[in-house]
Amino acid sequence: MSEKKEALFSKKNRKLMTDPLDGSNPISVQVLGICSALAITVQVEQAFVMSLAVMAVLLFGNMIVSAMRNLIPSRIRIIVQLVIVAALVILVNELLKAFMPDVSEKLSVFVGLIITNCIIMGRLEAFALGNKVWPSLLDAVGNSIGYGWILVVVAFFRELFGSGKIFGLQIIPEAFYEAGYMNNNMMILPPMALITVALIIWAQRSRNTDLIEEN
Amino acid sequence: MQDLVNIFVKSVFIDNMIFAYFLGMCSYLAVSKTVKTAVGLGAAVIFVLGITVPINYLLENYVLKAGALAWLSDDLANVDLSFLSFIMFIAVIASMVQLVEMIVEKASPALYGALGIFLPLIAVNCSILGGALFMQERQYSTIAEATAFGLGSGFGWLLAIVAIAAIREKIRYSNVPAPLRGLGITFIITGLMGIAFMSFMGIQL
Repeated sequence: MSEKKEALFSKKNRKLMTDPLDGSNPISVQVLGICSALAITVQVEQAFVMSLAVMAVLLFGNMIVSAMRNLIPSRIRIIVQLVIVAALVILVNELLKAFMPDVSEKLSVFVGLIITNCIIMGRLEAFALGNKVWPSLLDAVGNSIGYGWILVVVAFFRELFGSGKIFGLQIIPEAFYEAGYMNNNMMILPPMALITVALIIWAQRSRNTDLIEEN
Repeated sequence: MQDLVNIFVKSVFIDNMIFAYFLGMCSYLAVSKTVKTAVGLGAAVIFVLGITVPINYLLENYVLKAGALAWLSDDLANVDLSFLSFIMFIAVIASMVQLVEMIVEKASPALYGALGIFLPLIAVNCSILGGALFMQERQYSTIAEATAFGLGSGFGWLLAIVAIAAIREKIRYSNVPAPLRGLGITFIITGLMGIAFMSFMGIQL
């Protein structure tokens, strides 16, 4: 029996990467990883760093678990996965502390919380445990980008309207403030993150009506 | 004693796990369809937080913190194991959750059935690990304070999930715009509840 060799970027594999960007987006459709997504979207920079951190952990986590999938006894798989993820997160945390101390300060406990980020566990459980290393890698890339773009979009609006800046650079000109424009301080508060995500979901589901849920 | 009450109330209302930090949102959104399961999961969260925060507090102060091993011998006074804290905390949490699962299975099979997959998933509920990490960051001075914080956070979580479940039970009868149904409207309601909870800010007992 010779298994037909699949091309690295066959249609199926490409789908693994592009699906999580929209149709099965981890945040707005699978409802995974909301916890961290909302808390660190006050500034684009934080959101960006957080997405990169999640991407690193998810990539390596998915690859390691997928490579070990036949060795892990299913009864203790959750603990094994947690240990793998926790070790990766410690690495990421130490790297952040060393190279970006100020961002690491702002992210505070949320870097540690990547361990329990449902995206990571969800993808490990749902995909990496049952698939080969390469598809798992693609799945990780797709899901972390799907997670990242929502984070960055939410942070973009919150930072733009909340403090008039993007990446810490003043975007809204001084003249506006002199003419009476004011930053909307409410955007910086936690509840607005939820409402911003809800608006994204609204926009996405109006466009893609397959995703509409039962009431 | 007053300190303890203060910490408890603060972690229930002001630093509410859901409305101020969004911790445990995944199970909050998934299990809040009916009040009954919401109460069950909330109770399990209180229980697990009430146990794991004090245990992690002991771990932090007698094993992990810089100089925490000094009680063992003077040679170890300079050892700083704090980089291991994530992995130690999650190990404690995972084993405690296993224990709770076994107890619930024996004590209340009905609840066990209702909670289904979400009981083992408490191990990866962000609010539990978040409780441990906030405990570490805020440096509570006694184990009693840490316990008050753990129980308070759990109680705040229960409050939030029961409230949203009650609202979702009612909202089934309203005419929500189709694309907002389910997830979208739940987010908006949670946001509005978060704004309401912000009125507790600055209260000092």
